[in-house]
Amino acid sequence: MAFNVRQWLTNNTTSNEIFFLFQGEVSSSLIADSLEEVEAKVIDTTPKIRKKIYNVLVECLQNLYHHSHSIDAIDTEIKGPYAACILRYNSDHFQIVAGNFINNKQKGFLEKHLTHINSLNDEELKGLYKEILNNQEFSEKGGGGLGMVDMCRKSGSKLEFKFTPHTEEIYFFELVINIIG
Amino acid sequence: MEPISIAGTPKTPNVNFEPSGKVEIKGRSIPENSIEFYKPLVDWLESYMQNPAGKTDVNIQLEYFNTSSSKCILDVFKKLEAIYKSGNEVAINWYYEEDDEDMLEAGEDYQSIIKIPFKMIELEE
Repeated sequence: MAFNVRQWLTNNTTSNEIFFLFQGEVSSSLIADSLEEVEAKVIDTTPKIRKKIYNVLVECLQNLYHHSHSIDAIDTEIKGPYAACILRYNSDHFQIVAGNFINNKQKGFLEKHLTHINSLNDEELKGLYKEILNNQEFSEKGGGGLGMVDMCRKSGSKLEFKFTPHTEEIYFFELVINIIG
Repeated sequence: MEPISIAGTPKTPNVNFEPSGKVEIKGRSIPENSIEFYKPLVDWLESYMQNPAGKTDVNIQLEYFNTSSSKCILDVFKKLEAIYKSGNEVAINWYYEEDDEDMLEAGEDYQSIIKIPFKMIELEE
């Protein structure tokens, strides 16, 4: 039943041009280094798309930093709060793929939150963003609950997501963001 | 009261708050813990509002900000709104780079929540 991270990573990194790939535990310095690396690699794209990539990547990496669940060793290399993040070019646009392990409770929240976000049009999304922005609540991890809404707005596309069981309590959460603009 | 002068880093902006009425935040604001960075700024404005300058000039020029900063920036604006509502002049300049529609829209989102006149200023590249 255990989720095969290695196979997932292979599936997600073949047949596309890979601009950035990270797997392991996300730290604050890793986020800074990754952003610098990605900025340099996408320098030839338009400023508009470059900024969208940067914005979405910041939110993705910080979500992975705050919310990745620790797992027991799958094999000798992968254990702890594992997360993966990929920036790739898929035929005519950039895609950011994020994957991490989450628990049942997180899955319940995300499924509801993402389904709701994807059901909204641009105006409704803007309304939801402003509502959450102005509600004064911060989660225990300091996140504002705005990240997913912002990624959907900035990318100009619906958020693709999938949960695959790893154990009875733990799921692998995969999020794909298409940077359309 | 003492001014605040903080040099920017890759994740946090340049900050210049002066009792003479200058409030300036420039650069990137993408820290993992935004509350830790912004709390001293909000506290400073809380003290400043006891005896504000006749006119407070606010310049916000952000290249990027993450969503946890966005809540903290709103807290900064709310303090400025309180200063404005108590009869003091407050002018907010929101700068955005040419063609950066997302940053313009972010300014407009704040403008619709905060009841202070905003001026949107496009920076040519």
